[in-house]
Amino acid sequence: MNLHEYQAKQLFAQFGIPVPSGQVAATPDQAIAAAEQLGGDLWVVKAQVHAGGRGKAGGVDLARNTTEVGAAAQKMLGTQLVTKQTGAEGLPVNQVFVEAGSTIQRELYLSMLVDRSCERIAFMASADGGMDIEEVAAKTPERIFTIAVNPAAGLLPYQARQLGYGMGLDKQQMGPFIKLAQNLYRLFCESDASLLEINPLIVNGEGDLVALDGKINIEDNALFRQQKLAEMRDASQEDEAENRAAEHGLSYVSLDGNIACMVNGAGLAMATMDLIKLQGGDPANFLDVGGGATAERVAAAFKLILSNPAVKAILVNIFGGIVRCDVIAQGIIQAVTEINVNVPVVVRLEGTNVEQGRALLADSHLDITTADNLTDAANKVVTAAAI
Amino acid sequence: MSILVNKDSKIICQGLTGRQGTFHAEQCIEYGTQIVAGVTPGRGGETHLGLPVFDTMTDAVSETGADVSLIFVPAPFAADAVLAAADSGVDLIICITEGLPVLDMVKVKAAMQDYDCRLIGPNCPGIITPGECKIGIMPGFIHKPGKIGVISRSGTLTYEAVYQTTCNGLGQTTCIGIGGDPVRGMNFIDCLELFEKDDATEGVVMVGEIGGTDEEAAARYISDHMSKPVVAYIAGVTAPPGKRMGHAGAIISGGEGTATAKYAALEEAGVATVRSPAELGSAMLEQLNG
Repeated sequence: MNLHEYQAKQLFAQFGIPVPSGQVAATPDQAIAAAEQLGGDLWVVKAQVHAGGRGKAGGVDLARNTTEVGAAAQKMLGTQLVTKQTGAEGLPVNQVFVEAGSTIQRELYLSMLVDRSCERIAFMASADGGMDIEEVAAKTPERIFTIAVNPAAGLLPYQARQLGYGMGLDKQQMGPFIKLAQNLYRLFCESDASLLEINPLIVNGEGDLVALDGKINIEDNALFRQQKLAEMRDASQEDEAENRAAEHGLSYVSLDGNIACMVNGAGLAMATMDLIKLQGGDPANFLDVGGGATAERVAAAFKLILSNPAVKAILVNIFGGIVRCDVIAQGIIQAVTEINVNVPVVVRLEGTNVEQGRALLADSHLDITTADNLTDAANKVVTAAAI
Repeated sequence: MSILVNKDSKIICQGLTGRQGTFHAEQCIEYGTQIVAGVTPGRGGETHLGLPVFDTMTDAVSETGADVSLIFVPAPFAADAVLAAADSGVDLIICITEGLPVLDMVKVKAAMQDYDCRLIGPNCPGIITPGECKIGIMPGFIHKPGKIGVISRSGTLTYEAVYQTTCNGLGQTTCIGIGGDPVRGMNFIDCLELFEKDDATEGVVMVGEIGGTDEEAAARYISDHMSKPVVAYIAGVTAPPGKRMGHAGAIISGGEGTATAKYAALEEAGVATVRSPAELGSAMLEQLNG
């Protein structure tokens, strides 16, 4: 689950990480009131969307008076912001964050993630803040400094110093940076974050470190113990079909093609998409109906698939292990009958009670093509979609 | 022969009295697996599925002499269950539970360095030595005793690979589902090492997927240490970057973990790769006969 910048900064402040003062606003009037309350003579108005690259997309404006603050908010609110991370449709801007302007001496980069290879929380730091870190990693990898934290010891000062020297901090900044990094480590652990990024972390006019931007992802598997953070979810920033799928215990990702698939198991679902592509077709989605594929779930999955108007054919691929193929077949028949499926359906069943399952489908007199194996199934559905 | 588990393995099921635990333990017993006890805190002294239930892993191990633990404990309590098992002195822990917070696994992995004990999973189908014992949730009947080792990050996709080697007569020595989480117990290399040493295993089928760099690490290991043929398939060639494809670990991030990179590494290591999972069985047959 992603947090908005303003939510991330609330957490930063709570954990003693310096941030500029700011307020969130949902209307231009609220934005002006926020600027008046913050005071000063320079503000930044930032569109709150779950995507990076906002600056280049017109989602971050500087304002020198409250009229400009109002105008910037007016321009952003209610629009779809398209950045290089959002896709062509963009994401809705329902809120802006109005922040007191900062003077910038230096822009640094600091992030944290769970490093899969060393199985620990790792910090990444660079003196090259404010830019695309993937570009830095590709062009000048020696300018990125990484350390991994032993969970028993926590982040030790020498490790934080290594990062600090790597970023070229001076004596005045080193002490505060060690504290900042240790606070971030505490925030990361206590919030069950999976990713945390401050880009840029600035050295301001006074020589102090300030988090000018903030990005935090919370791990979905841990939301059961992060009730407060779970309430920060903004569904408007997420894919509607994917959320609807999750409510039914389905795992769904929409893609650009026209052949829908419904599969049990994530690995097999990916493999099915790959096979469709290999046979010359284009998958319309990833859909894992999970281990306990009941009739209700199968019906929900059909509805979800058919909500995508691009779909020209459906491939159902089930390897019945614990789930019996005859139960799956009944679910498919029930769903196809009830929902009025108006595109060709190819079904490949394998595993427990496969003969009974195939017989049920054959006797149903519905427009369902059965396939004998994976390749046959992919071939048949690609052919069906091309007609 | 086989690796890790055989007909003599004695298993304790943590979470035996729960719905999942009951259902799957019953299937395992039916397959011939020696499940000797269950552990559910607060239910010690009861009998479930005809098996004694203990309050703690320590009690269960000292009473039964079991050497393996099979875990069905719900995700919020699963990390605790894994470490309770490690501390009880079992040699092998199989954690089926899905949805463990990754930071719990970070702690578990660090703490397990204190023990001489292996972990399979979490979020995995388990391990089976066909004809001897099934410790997990895989359908037993698709397996057949034979000469292929199977390692996979996915459940149903493993069944595909297994079933093909059953249908073409090769059969399996042992099949291990290592799980779909980013931080997990045994990885490809740990399993490859055991299969290389196992006399009965003549070839290994490896089923990987997008995310992380375990397949790339395995490729280096294969090129340096494996004398037996390895056939590999990687799922997720068509997966878009930045999207989690069902498994918590199946995500391409920061340009890392693409299927293309994994295929390239494996091919460079001399592994026979297939672009369709439907060809895993025939490719293995070809490797052994060619």
